[in-house]
Parts: sequence; structure tokens; C-alpha cells
Amino acid sequence: MKRYEAVEIISAALAPDHLVIGCNGMISRELFTAGDGPNKFYMIGSMGLASSMGLGLALRQPERTVVVIDGDGNVLMNMGTLANIAAAQARNLYHIVLDNGVHGSTGNQKTISSDVPLEQVAWACGYARASRVDEPHALREALAELFCEPGPAMLLVRVEPGNLESVGRVDIEPPDLARRFRGAATNADPLAG
Amino acid sequence: MSGTASAFLDLLEAEGYDFFTGVPCSLFKGVTRLLDGEPRYAYLSAVREDAAVGAASGAWFGGAKPVVFMQNSGLGTSSNALVSLNLIYDIPVLLVVSWRGYQGKDAPEHLIMGDVMEQWFQMIGVPYQILDPERMEEQVREVTATAEATGKPVALLVHKGILQ
Repeated sequence: MKRYEAVEIISAALAPDHLVIGCNGMISRELFTAGDGPNKFYMIGSMGLASSMGLGLALRQPERTVVVIDGDGNVLMNMGTLANIAAAQARNLYHIVLDNGVHGSTGNQKTISSDVPLEQVAWACGYARASRVDEPHALREALAELFCEPGPAMLLVRVEPGNLESVGRVDIEPPDLARRFRGAATNADPLAG
Repeated sequence: MSGTASAFLDLLEAEGYDFFTGVPCSLFKGVTRLLDGEPRYAYLSAVREDAAVGAASGAWFGGAKPVVFMQNSGLGTSSNALVSLNLIYDIPVLLVVSWRGYQGKDAPEHLIMGDVMEQWFQMIGVPYQILDPERMEEQVREVTATAEATGKPVALLVHKGILQ
């Protein structure tokens, strides 16, 4: 499965009141291309920290569903935060990891995720659930159940290396994006727009 | 002295700070003891300083007013978080940073950061004040006003002996 196919399937499974944080690099650009909304925040720097941000947001907004769309390079860079997430037992945090085994944004240099199964790391840390899928049908099934049970949960999606050729750049200025997302995250009635 | 530590936390709460995370330092162990011991602070003991900055930033998205406590060695670890997250997205967090290595009197690993810490803040453009026990209330108010006006992170630097 190509990563963009997975991104499209995931985007379709997200609800407008989910608070979604995409990690830096191609993942956020593909997420943006698949469908933008005020409930989505795209990181362009601070590699590794999407999970930390998701944790802080989930702890602060325990009634909201927080979804982190991460990559294997990002998780490996900040693996300690898996322990922080597990220790905090953030029940409303869902951690989706698009694992292509390479640093796709810098030229497909190998990561070590083929040797270190990240969903097993999350499980060993104490995530409530952790699983792996590698084809579209299984991804759809996993997503249909993912948000029905409490987290913290990791869904690792094994995908092929390679980026969407016509991928856009997030064309919203960073401070505007931050204000927009904070508005969505603090809106008591998120569906009211 | 935990009296000052407790007064300092009260001041932060009075200014509206309501999300506390960080990595400990012996220079503010009085504060961390209170944060750890009192459930209402819901202190998030972070694995690294940049992860603490990230969690504080995520909490800010959720409406929090966050504080990150760290030793100045953690400025090295959190540089990228500050310059490529907080300073470009305008995510204000208050950093309370201990000043190890002040005037060259400390263990070797603290000397260089202790020497360049003020320049480091100036270089990346994070306003700071050096915490004065006589002026804490005013200083907390001032750095908070700066953070709110600019949307940028701000810092309070803490000498040995003040919050221990």
C-alpha cells in the first residue's frame, strides 16, 4: 500500500470533531492534500514532537478525541514520549504511525523501524492497545474500531516508501494555523463551526 | 526554601498558569516536590525537555496556560522545539530555567551553558528575566504580559538557592 492511499483512508475515517496533529515532513503535506479542516494541525518543524503535543492536548481536553498522525522516523526520534503517553494513560489519544521504514522527506534513507517494531514498543510501554496493518482492507477495519475503545492506542500502518508526486505544501501561515487549531480545540461545540 | 517555592507556584497560578510539565533540577527541587505531591497540579514529568515543550504546546492548543521547568542543560535539547515550533507558530509557553554553571562555579558539564545562557536566549529571541525573590510577582506578571502580547515563549532564569 502506498502511503498516500493510507492517508486518504485515514482522512476519510476522521470526524470533524477529532483533533488531528500531523507530524512534520511529507506526512503532513499528504494529510493536507487529502483534506484540510480547522481540526487539523500540520507540523513543519520540531521533528518527533507530534506525539508530545498530542499528549499535552489530550490531557488538557480529556473529552475530545486526539489523533496523532506520525511517522516511523518521528517516533524513533522521540521514543521516550511513548512512555510518557503510556504512563499518563491518555485515554483519548490515538496514535497512528505511517511506517515506511525510511526518512521519506529527506531522500528515503533507511530508518531502523524494520528491525524495531514500534507497535510492540508502544505495547511494552503500556499503551492500552497496539496493532499493525499493512493493506487497505485491514486498515479500514482497524479504523472502524480504533476510536470505539479507550486509548492510548497505536495503530501502525506499514506502507511502501515513496511520496505523492503532486503533493501540495501547507499554504497557511504557521501562526494562522496555530490560532485556527486552538480555536477548534477549545470550541465547546466543535460541529457548530 | 520551600516557602519561596510555594509562593512562586501560587504566583504562577494567580497569573492563570494551569499546566505544569518539565524535567527536574536540584536548583528547583522544592517546586518539583510540590508539583509532584499535589494532584491538582497534574504535573507531567516529561522524559526530555523538548518533549516537555511539545506537551506544553499541545496543552496550549487545548486552552491551557503552560509552564515548563528545566535545567539550563535542557535548553540544548529543546532548542529545535523552540525555534521550529513555538517561535514560528507563536505558541507561548513560560520556561522556568535553572542557572547551573553561574559565574563558572559548578561541575564541568554546566560551565559552558552557564556562561552562554543569556546570549542563547538573546540569540533565538526569547525574552527573559532573572528571578529576584523580592520582585517575583512583578516579574511573573511582566513576562506573562510579554508572552500574551507577542505569542512567543518567555523565560524566568532561576539562581541557586531561590526555589530549593
